Amino acid sequence: MTATIASRFEPVVGDANVRTEPSLRSEFGVDEVVPAVVARPENAEQAAEIVKIALEEKLAVIPCGVRTSIGMGMPPSRYDVALDMTRVRGIEHYDPGDLTISVNAGTPLKELATILAEKNQFLPLAVPFFENATVGGTIASGLDSPLRHFYGTARDFVLGAEFVDGTGALAKSGGRVVKNVTGYDFHKLLNGTLGSLAVITRINFRTFPLHPVRRGFLASFADETGAVAFVKELSATPLTPALVEVLSPEFSRLFLAEKSPVASLRLGLQAWTVCVGFEGSSEVCERYGRDLSRLARSTRTQDAITVLDARFLSLLEILREAPALMSGAAAQSVVFRFATLPARLPDLLRALRSFAVSSWTPSAALIRSGSIVYLALLPREVDESTLKQIAYFWKSAGSLRAQFEFSASILFCPTKWKSELDVWAHVSGSMDLQRRVKKAFDPSGIFAPGRFVGGS
Amino acid sequence: MNTAIISELQSLLGPRNVLHRAEDLALYEYDGSVDRARPELVVFPSTTSEVSRIVKLAVKHDIPIVGRGAGTGLSGGALARGGGIMIAFGRMNRILELDLENRRAVVQPGVVNFDLTRAVEHAGLYFAPDPSSQKSCTIGGNVSENSGGPHTLAYGVTTNHVTGLELVLPDGEVTRIGGKLSDALGYDLCGLLVGSEGTLSLVTEITAKLSKKSEAVRTLLAIFETVDDATETVTDITARAITPAACEMLDGWTLCAIEDYVHAGFPRDCGAVLLIEIEGLREAVANQAIGIEEVCKAHQAREVRTAQDDNERELLWKGRKTAFGALGRLAPSNYVLDAVIPRSKLPQALRRVLEIEKECGLKIGNIFHAGDGNLHPLVLFDPRDRAQFEKAVQASADIVRYCVEIGGALTGEHGVGMEKSELMTLMFSEADFALMRRVHQQFNPTGLLNPGKVFPIGKGCGETRIRTGSTHNPVMA
Repeated sequence: MTATIASRFEPVVGDANVRTEPSLRSEFGVDEVVPAVVARPENAEQAAEIVKIALEEKLAVIPCGVRTSIGMGMPPSRYDVALDMTRVRGIEHYDPGDLTISVNAGTPLKELATILAEKNQFLPLAVPFFENATVGGTIASGLDSPLRHFYGTARDFVLGAEFVDGTGALAKSGGRVVKNVTGYDFHKLLNGTLGSLAVITRINFRTFPLHPVRRGFLASFADETGAVAFVKELSATPLTPALVEVLSPEFSRLFLAEKSPVASLRLGLQAWTVCVGFEGSSEVCERYGRDLSRLARSTRTQDAITVLDARFLSLLEILREAPALMSGAAAQSVVFRFATLPARLPDLLRALRSFAVSSWTPSAALIRSGSIVYLALLPREVDESTLKQIAYFWKSAGSLRAQFEFSASILFCPTKWKSELDVWAHVSGSMDLQRRVKKAFDPSGIFAPGRFVGGS
Repeated sequence: MNTAIISELQSLLGPRNVLHRAEDLALYEYDGSVDRARPELVVFPSTTSEVSRIVKLAVKHDIPIVGRGAGTGLSGGALARGGGIMIAFGRMNRILELDLENRRAVVQPGVVNFDLTRAVEHAGLYFAPDPSSQKSCTIGGNVSENSGGPHTLAYGVTTNHVTGLELVLPDGEVTRIGGKLSDALGYDLCGLLVGSEGTLSLVTEITAKLSKKSEAVRTLLAIFETVDDATETVTDITARAITPAACEMLDGWTLCAIEDYVHAGFPRDCGAVLLIEIEGLREAVANQAIGIEEVCKAHQAREVRTAQDDNERELLWKGRKTAFGALGRLAPSNYVLDAVIPRSKLPQALRRVLEIEKECGLKIGNIFHAGDGNLHPLVLFDPRDRAQFEKAVQASADIVRYCVEIGGALTGEHGVGMEKSELMTLMFSEADFALMRRVHQQFNPTGLLNPGKVFPIGKGCGETRIRTGSTHNPVMA
């Protein structure tokens, strides 16, 4: 089959860009399902041609960037063609005066950040795998950023997109301007869909000014209750920080060095640490420092400091990479993500920690923006009971849905465990409308079958 | 309309809640746009289940349906282009839940935008989207059109403030998407449905985000001798990465009309003003005010005034928000345009608008959201004079075409509706329409829901159900 498929793609992208070597194909494997062919288009039109051929030949396609998050979702039920989008790269249009940029999907995030920084601008996509990830892969994975606390998620600053739909047509939605209600907002649908709706070829973003001063404030607490209460108090003040994260002591011990500013606080790496990031003019940052210190004194804070410049930026990198670090922290780690309402966070956190303890598996947690819990189960050694314990945790977590509203998914998990751990087990809401969207975008079901919610 | 259907609806909703006489229906053939189309029936449901039953009845009899909030829309989105039944949401106007701790409100679609803010302002919260019509427009209408307003420059449009919806699908089924959480898993259906202009579903309940009021606010009025100086200032403010909460431009001619109407304290002898609002921490507001004054002075501002108190501030905003009403006194009719351009091209776009004004010989006023490049040229004309009407339409189309040519978009906040459906081809290709049609087909397969909107006639769906020759189609028949 491999040779037949390859011969169809070669006229489109050239022989050198249709790869069939077994070792390379296995690198493009998704949850151990290996494609027959890797095709590397150099532009959106070639990507569309590949999809058209795949449609004729009834081949399943998974678009990808550098595959840093390719393990997310369920294993594909079929997978014939890896559509490697890394050659479809570069800035299509940048209007710094309008704070808008249009970028091809295969462009590395880091390259984009460098170009923006030259004009004192940035994109608030401080996401895991930042050093390598592509723009298209980042949107398709939907991984979030600590900066969502102030800037929102990609949904809030993606202005438009171009993509290949499941009929092989090159389509678009939105535009390049910051305000636009022309036509259906398909670009919002592409976030976090793991390539199951379309092949993203270009994204238009709104960019943001880089602030002259960026600082962090760290406060340590003896327990999670104190830390979470501080976050709640903070949300009632007029302050609008860029990020608010809470680190569990296990998280700090695993990922922060003894020389990290967190370690210098009283209780150090044994504490629950709140990290508040803020930015603005020096007057604004001084105000943050004053108000946060006052807040720390009036709560059960053990100790607090302000962190400047490089020390803050290196801490920000840890927060940015947190889900990826958690995933790499044990040979067989499982990273869960829970989102709830701020008022329910204390209950959710308490319950999850108690389930983690009952599962006899070490864990680490990071709380983002007062409402999202990243929790990793990190088994020290794996035996026949490990999977049972993790499955117990996942099932118990799901049972909380009877009590309050939250959403939960498994971000990263060893492939072999996915037969027992459905990463989408606790998704609520009607699947019917989801299927209608899938059917409209991908009528023949050729994109990433089986990976996304509801098997689409 | 078949009398059996009328009596069935009367027994479902009560006779008071079904309008069918021509004189009653005439009120509902308008919205804020220049188009008109008369429904055959207007119904006022009070519950989601009533909406569902009305839809099922309509489907059974193959009758088009259109939802309507307050009818303040400016693109004909709430007009019954296909005739049929208009579902007016005025009676579904209850705020169902205020969850202040989690900053969420659950409301029925007929709740007036500003009423939600009034209900939560005691807790220091507000609903951020603020269309000029916010004291009359409904949140259901805002959701359909993805409405904006002056302060969306900093805080985003309706879609950025909606997390959940209850829907009645075009077959009468009731379903929910999203909830109070910001990120529901699965496809972002709220993202798709907000702004779908009532063509995919009817919205019967909305879960909205509430925002925290800023600690400090300062309103500046920068006065310029020329439109060029004002637009150059906006481009420079954007380029210097200052983000005001709002940045509105009003030209000199418009200011005189407003002064005659509301006496807001605008100058009568200038080329243009910028009404700029800055919000945030006291320190941030102070810094930004200095930055903005510097930019204004660099572009020959005659004066930069700061509103001294809440009264003065409210008066300036009243002037801005009643501008269209003020201009309404100067000509029998006007045509408010809505198009967007990259902010870096604001000066050249305004120059082109002035050229078009000269070419067409009609007065064009300019009052718009300069900070996000959202133009609202307003063409004054007399609709009784056919030649004037045609010139007004032509001038408007020329402006919109130019905006798209320089990298802009057809509509920034009013929606496509029936006003701009034929212009959609300026921005979208056959392939784009094919995908839009497939999505439309999946949600609204009979095409009975809000026919004749968004899609150009001839590129629509099944065929957007503008059934020429149909007995119940007063518009197109």
